[in-house]
Amino acid sequence: MQNVFDTRNNPQLAWAGIALVAATLLVLPFALTYAGTFWVRITNQAILYCFLALGLNIVVGFAGLLDLGYIAFYAVGAYVYALLASPHFDLHLPFWVILPIGAAVACLFGVLLGAPTLKLRGDYLAIVTLGFGEIIRIFLNNLSQPVNITNGPQGIATIDPFRLRTFNFSQRETILGLDFTGPVKYYYFFLAALIAVIVINMRLQDSRIGRAWEAIREDETAARAMGINTRNIKLLAFAMGASFGGIAGGMFAATQQFISPESFILVESVMVLAMVVLGGMGNIWGVVLGAVLLSFVPEILRFTVEPVQKALFGRMLLEPEVIRMLLFGMALVGMMLYRPAGILPSALRKRELEGGKT
Amino acid sequence: MSKLALLAAKGIDKRFGGVQALSDVAFTINHGEIYGLIGPNGAGKTSLFNVLTGIYVPDGGEFVFDGEPLRGLKPNDVAARGIARTFQNIRLFANLSALENVMIGRHVRTHAGVWGAISRNAGTRAEEAAIHKRAYELLEYVGVEKRAHSLAKHLAYGDQRRLEIARALATEPKLLALDEPAAGMNATETTSLKNLLAEIRRDGTTILLIEHDMKLVMSVCDRVLVLDYGKKIAEDTAAVVQNDPKVVAAYLGGEVSLNLKGTH
Amino acid sequence: MVNGLTLGSVYAIVALGYTMVYGIIQLINFAHGEVVMIGAMVAYTVIVTLTGAHTGLPPVLIVLLGLLVAIPACMGVGYTLERIAYRPLRRAPRLAPLITAIGLSIILQHLALIIWSRNPLPYPQIIATVPYQLTSTPNGATITNVQVAIIAGSLLMMGGLLLLVYRTKLGIAMRATAQNQEVAGLMGIDINKVISLTFVIGAALGAVAGVMVGSYYGIAHYQMGFILGLKAFSAAVLGGIGNLAGAMLGGLLLGVIEALGAGYVGDLTNLCNLASWSNALAARCESDPNLTLFGSNYQDVFAFLVLIAVLIFRPSGLLGERVADRA
Repeated sequence: MQNVFDTRNNPQLAWAGIALVAATLLVLPFALTYAGTFWVRITNQAILYCFLALGLNIVVGFAGLLDLGYIAFYAVGAYVYALLASPHFDLHLPFWVILPIGAAVACLFGVLLGAPTLKLRGDYLAIVTLGFGEIIRIFLNNLSQPVNITNGPQGIATIDPFRLRTFNFSQRETILGLDFTGPVKYYYFFLAALIAVIVINMRLQDSRIGRAWEAIREDETAARAMGINTRNIKLLAFAMGASFGGIAGGMFAATQQFISPESFILVESVMVLAMVVLGGMGNIWGVVLGAVLLSFVPEILRFTVEPVQKALFGRMLLEPEVIRMLLFGMALVGMMLYRPAGILPSALRKRELEGGKT
Repeated sequence: MSKLALLAAKGIDKRFGGVQALSDVAFTINHGEIYGLIGPNGAGKTSLFNVLTGIYVPDGGEFVFDGEPLRGLKPNDVAARGIARTFQNIRLFANLSALENVMIGRHVRTHAGVWGAISRNAGTRAEEAAIHKRAYELLEYVGVEKRAHSLAKHLAYGDQRRLEIARALATEPKLLALDEPAAGMNATETTSLKNLLAEIRRDGTTILLIEHDMKLVMSVCDRVLVLDYGKKIAEDTAAVVQNDPKVVAAYLGGEVSLNLKGTH
Repeated sequence: MVNGLTLGSVYAIVALGYTMVYGIIQLINFAHGEVVMIGAMVAYTVIVTLTGAHTGLPPVLIVLLGLLVAIPACMGVGYTLERIAYRPLRRAPRLAPLITAIGLSIILQHLALIIWSRNPLPYPQIIATVPYQLTSTPNGATITNVQVAIIAGSLLMMGGLLLLVYRTKLGIAMRATAQNQEVAGLMGIDINKVISLTFVIGAALGAVAGVMVGSYYGIAHYQMGFILGLKAFSAAVLGGIGNLAGAMLGGLLLGVIEALGAGYVGDLTNLCNLASWSNALAARCESDPNLTLFGSNYQDVFAFLVLIAVLIFRPSGLLGERVADRA
C-alpha cells in the first residue's frame, strides 16, 4: 500500500489511518447488527472468501499458475471438519485440533494434484485443475454408497460450532455489557485469523521463496538455469494455497453448521479466481478488496434489484441470481479487455501487462 | 581425467528429428581457463550449451565435471553443481529490478524455506541481509550498481548483458558459461567486457565462452574449440586455431585467409 | 457400442471446433460449449414453432429448417465472440483470454437462461425412431435411423472439413496462419479474416452438434453446453490438440469409452461379485445383487480422468504435438 498507509514516509498520517481502520473493524459487527445479524454473517462469509482469495493468490498471483479448481481444497477442509465434529461419525474433536488437520489434508490433496500436472502449459493446467475440482465434487456427491462417508447430496448437518471449554462460539452471550451473537463472536476470530494470513502472505512475498515464485513467473527456463527447483517451488505454491483453502473450509463448516457438495461447484472456483483477478493479481490488498467487493455486491444487488424491478415492471423480470451472474460474466470480460491488471494492480503485474502493449 | 581438467566431454551426440546437431564432440576445459567455443552459425554451439546445462538430454556420450559425471541432471541440479550460464537472447527477469535479478541468483546457495519466510527468525533475517549485500556487491563488480533498482527491461543493452553475468555469478559457479556475451556490443563495451572476463578468471572462476567476435575470442581465450555441423574440427590454443586451414574453410568456404590477430 | 459411436460422433464434431481454434490462435475457447447449446436452443424454438403451427411440413424438413436457422445464429455468435473479446486480446498474456472465455461462457449461459427459461426443454419427438437390426440375433445390436443420421452426418462434415483444410486456398491460409501468424500475414493472408472464419466454421459445426444432441437425447437445457464442451475438449486433447484428425479420432474414442465404461465399471466394481469372500457381504447381496462401488453416476468422471491421464502420460495426444512446457 503506497500513499496513505506509507509508514516510512509519513508516519503520523499512516498510523492515524491504520488506527482509524482498526477502530472501524473492531466496531463493525455491532454497527452491522443494527441492520440485521444477516449482515454480520455476510461479513464473515466475505472474510472466508478473503482467505480463499489470498490462498489462490499464492498460486495464481505469486507463482503464476492457473488453478480453476481451487474450491476443491475448500471442500476438503469443510468435509474434514464436518466428519470430525458432527453426529455423522459421532466424533467431536475440538476445532483447534481439526483446523490444522484440515489444512494438512488439503495440503496433501494440493500436492497430489500438483505433482503430475505442474509441468503442463498454462491453459492445460487450468483445464486439469478444473477437472480435478469437478472430480472432487462428484466424489463428495457419490460417496454415500456402499459405505456412507460423505452422505452424498444430502450433506452433513448439525456440525459442531467452535468451542473452547465453556465458550461456545455459536451461542449468544452478553460480555462486558455488549450483546455478542454467534456471528459476532466468529467475526472476531475470523478477523484475527485473516490478519494472521495477510501477514503470512506479506512475509512469503518478500522472501527467498517469494522471489523464486516471481522468477518462475517471469521466465521459468532462466529460473531453472539459476538453480531453482521449479517443480518443488511450484508444488509449494500449490500446497500453501491449498492449506489456506482447507482452513477456510473448516471455518465455513463450523459457521454454517451444514455443508453439502452444492457449495463447492465450479462457479465458486471461478468466483474466487475472479476475486483475485479483479482485485489485482499478486497484490495482497487488491485481492482482499476483490473478495470483499464480490461478496457484498451480490447481496446489495439482491436487496435493491427486487423492489426496483417490482416498481418498474410490476413483477420480477430477472431474478437477482441471474442478474448477478450476468454482471459477473460481463465484469470478467470487461476487466480483461480494459483493466487486466485489476483494480489494485500489483506493481509487478502492472509492469508486465502494460509492458506487453508497447 | 587430469588434475587440471574441470570439465571433460566425450562422445557427445544430439539429434533433433532428422538433424544431427552434435556428433561425437569431445573436449576438455582446464581449471582457470577462458575457453572459447566458436563455429559458423548452426554449428551446434548453443546446443552444446543446452546439453551441458541439462536442458536437453544427450543421445550419447557424457560430461565429467569436477570429477563427477553430469548424468541425467536437470538444469537446476547442474547449476547447483556449479555451472552457471547466460543466454544468447538474454533471459533476465524483465519486470524485476536488477538487484532482484541478482538476488534470485543467490537462491541456489541459500536455504530459507517457508518456515523461515513466515517466522522471519534470526537465521533467515541474517541470510536475507547477506543476500542483499552480496547481490549489491555483484552489481558493483559488473558495473551496474547505479541502476540497481531499475527494472531489468529498462536497462541499456550492454548493462543487461552484464547483469545476466552478475546473476550467473551469484550462483557461485565453478564454470561460467557465457553464450555470446558480446553480441551487439560496440568496441568500448567489448573492451570493458574483456576486462570483466579477465577479472572473473583472476578471481578463480573458469569461463566457457561462445562468441562470434573473433577479436575478442582470440585475445582473451586460452584455448578454443571449433565446431562445424555438429562436429569438432579443432581444439587448441587460439593462435593455432586461427591459422588452421580447416577452421578458415569452415567459416569462409576456403577462399580467403583470415587475419585474426587480436590487437586489443 | 452403437450408442458410443453416436455419442462419439457428436463429441468429434464439437472437438473439431476446439481444436481448430486452438490450432490457430492457441486459445482454449471455453465458450464453444455454449455455442453448441445455443444451436440446440435456437433449433428447438424453430422446431417447436413449426410443429405447433401445424404447417403440415414433413418432420425431417422441420428439423432441417431448425438446423438452417441454428447454423447462422451460431455463426453470428462465434463471430461476435471473436471480434469483441478474443481479437483485442491476441497479444495479452495467456490468462486474459482464458478468463474472458469463462466470462463469456457465463454470460451466454445466463442469456440462454433468460430467453429460454431455467427448465430443460423437451425436443418434440417428431421423427419416428426406426430401429434396424445389425446382427442376426433377435436381441443383438440395433441402430436407429436417428443414430444413422447422426453418424453419417458427422462423417460427412468431418470429410468436408478435411477437404476444406487440405484442398482449398482457404485451407492453406488457415494452416499457414496456424503455423506462423506473422509470416502468414506478411505473405498477404488476411489473418483477421482467416481467424474469424475459423471461429465461424467451428460455430457452424457446433450448431449442428447442438441439434444432434437435442434430437438424440430429447432435451435441451441452458447448462448442457458446459459438460459437453468439457468432454469434447477432452476428446480433442486425447486425439492431439491442434490436429483435426486427432479431434475426430478422440471424439469417437471418448464416446465409445464412455458408453462401454459406464456399463462395465459398474459391473467390475460390483462388490457382490466378491460375495463369497465374506458372510456379511453375501447376506447383503442376497436381497440386492447390486453393490457397485463406482456406478454409472461416475460417468462424467471418465472424461475428466481420460483428460488428466492423457495430459500426464501422453501430452501430445494420440496424433498431435507436445503440450508440456519444453525445458
